Amino acid sequence: MLNYVLRRLLIAIPTLILISLVIFFLVDLAPGSPASEIPLTVPPDVREKIMESLGVNQPVWVRYGLWMKQFFYVEPLYGIDAMFGTDLAQGAPRLISYSSRVPVFQYIGERLPQTLTVIGTAYVLAVLIAIPIGIYSAYRQYSWFDQIGTFVAMIGFSVPTFFTGLLLIIVFTVNLHWFPSIYNTSLSVTDWASFKTQVQQMTLPVITLALFNAAEISRYTRSSMLENLAQDYVRTARAKGMGERTVVLKHVLRNSLIPVVTVIALGIPTVFGGAIITEQVFKINGIGAALIGAIQVNDLPVVQTIAFLTAILIVLFNLVADILYGLLDPRIRYD
Amino acid sequence: MPDGAQPVLDVRGLKTVFRTRAGEIHAVNDVSFALQSGELLGVVGESGSGKSVTMMSLLGLLPMPPAEVRAGKVLLNGQDILHLPPDQLRRVRGAKVGFVFQDPMTSLNPVFSVGMQIMEPLKKHLGMGRAQAESRAVELLELVGIPDARARLYSFPHQFSGGMRQRVMIAIALACNPDVLIADEPTTALDVTIQAQILELVKELRQKLGMAIIWITHDLGVIAGIADRVMVMYGGQVVEQAPVKELFANPQHPYTRALLLTIPKITGEREARLKVIEGQPPIMLGAPNACPFRARCEYRHAACDATNPPRRAVDGQPVGLGHDVACHWHAPARTEVAHA
Repeated sequence: MLNYVLRRLLIAIPTLILISLVIFFLVDLAPGSPASEIPLTVPPDVREKIMESLGVNQPVWVRYGLWMKQFFYVEPLYGIDAMFGTDLAQGAPRLISYSSRVPVFQYIGERLPQTLTVIGTAYVLAVLIAIPIGIYSAYRQYSWFDQIGTFVAMIGFSVPTFFTGLLLIIVFTVNLHWFPSIYNTSLSVTDWASFKTQVQQMTLPVITLALFNAAEISRYTRSSMLENLAQDYVRTARAKGMGERTVVLKHVLRNSLIPVVTVIALGIPTVFGGAIITEQVFKINGIGAALIGAIQVNDLPVVQTIAFLTAILIVLFNLVADILYGLLDPRIRYD
Repeated sequence: MPDGAQPVLDVRGLKTVFRTRAGEIHAVNDVSFALQSGELLGVVGESGSGKSVTMMSLLGLLPMPPAEVRAGKVLLNGQDILHLPPDQLRRVRGAKVGFVFQDPMTSLNPVFSVGMQIMEPLKKHLGMGRAQAESRAVELLELVGIPDARARLYSFPHQFSGGMRQRVMIAIALACNPDVLIADEPTTALDVTIQAQILELVKELRQKLGMAIIWITHDLGVIAGIADRVMVMYGGQVVEQAPVKELFANPQHPYTRALLLTIPKITGEREARLKVIEGQPPIMLGAPNACPFRARCEYRHAACDATNPPRRAVDGQPVGLGHDVACHWHAPARTEVAHA
């Protein structure tokens, strides 16, 4: 197992290098330049100096090399410094946002909590709702519960989040005045009242995202359960005199969860990557909003870094999914 | 029946139907049989003759709906188990009646160790603790001939071969010392050598443990080697029932006779082609009011289309105990059919 993990991590290196190349050069090729954000009243020589100070004038591979160095060497050093109060980085130049002149990782660090709170909650909620629904739908296939579940899942999966989000805003904010439609990031939870406000402002975006995610996961759970309920070993378990609860929640569920866990693990990077559209709809300034903002002002370091971080997470959680698969299914051995 | 002892299992007039869109399929129609303690009853018939459905009906193992056990009595040691509430029926399954299924490759749960799967009924039915169940599981694995049982206790099913897995299935079925073991084509999915091993094992276990066994198969050769009594099923009905020697020596039903003729002989002149029974087994749509075998029967006459023949005694003993057959046609005396 350890061998397998190490091997996979080694294989991840060329993969990530390739991804970093694609991300960097694609973003670099995109039309527009950071200079376009500088007002036209700025004289050309000053403009030239600004560009120079940003490092934009250097050849593309030099910028790529610098980016890689900062991403994998300088920034981790700053991270260690921040955590342990050391001074390993010794003031080496950091990865800086073009537009805000703030270190990119600091910028991401400011945005991450909102994303994790809202989207993470939505994801956890989705999993907690979806699995029981999937189990029961499969156990009582074609029952009313299953039919309604199928219908809701179809809607949740096929209706885009900007539509459900707006619909929820119209119903619950505009008409009923139950929940705010704008997420206030500066709110800090200190007491019961502020906690309530926090829950209220999270409700609509969490529902929007949870509906979407739960639809997918519940479908996976249902079909996996159905497949396993028809297996011979279920009959064996019943013939042994096991109760329905044991048969379904132990024998069948344990087998059914193998593919579902994989799907859930593969979905986790989206929690970090942010839900770009939902964050826009509810004005949550998380990672997704940061990405959109950076794209609009040609802030290449931010765009490249967020895209690359997402790629790393996807590669990582692919590995996590495979490891979980091996842990859950004794038939799979990695060596 | 020797000295009027009560049979372990007494099935009377069992009727099971499947409700489908095309109508009701009468999969088991008025099946009655009795199993004495320590006896091995062979149940033969081709696919779809209702063998498995009959046995699954006994313990409510069929998915309901679409299946429905419509009538009958199933007396296990005198207690009717057909109408038990689910939780009480569960105390019978696995505890008093053990089941071995056809395909050992899929009948074990792939994600649990074989030890856990053997210990599950022990804990549930006999209330054993972990240590006790563990040592009993080792005992059972040794009993069914798995070498190095203690070490293999926490192996997973995929680490066993097909024959070994069937041994594990047998260990599970025997875990709680059942009165009856129902083996539903337990050797069909195995190759011939392994088949022979499993047969030997069952013979041996039967002597050791003395439980009654119902052995479902479509292999008459297996039946000849192992059974005390044979029940031939066709179209969801019992068409003939007799002690094993009697059945092979003096088959009465045209279907049984045809079945026996399909067995290739290893002595004598080689036949050009293997004999087959022409036609397909019927799909029992609607309640049967004629003989189910009539379409394929060479002795068909008017009575066969008019009524479904009831079981009648052949040798003077009561139906179900000696030799009986459900046929309108009377086979000629034994000497004439001896080499049919």
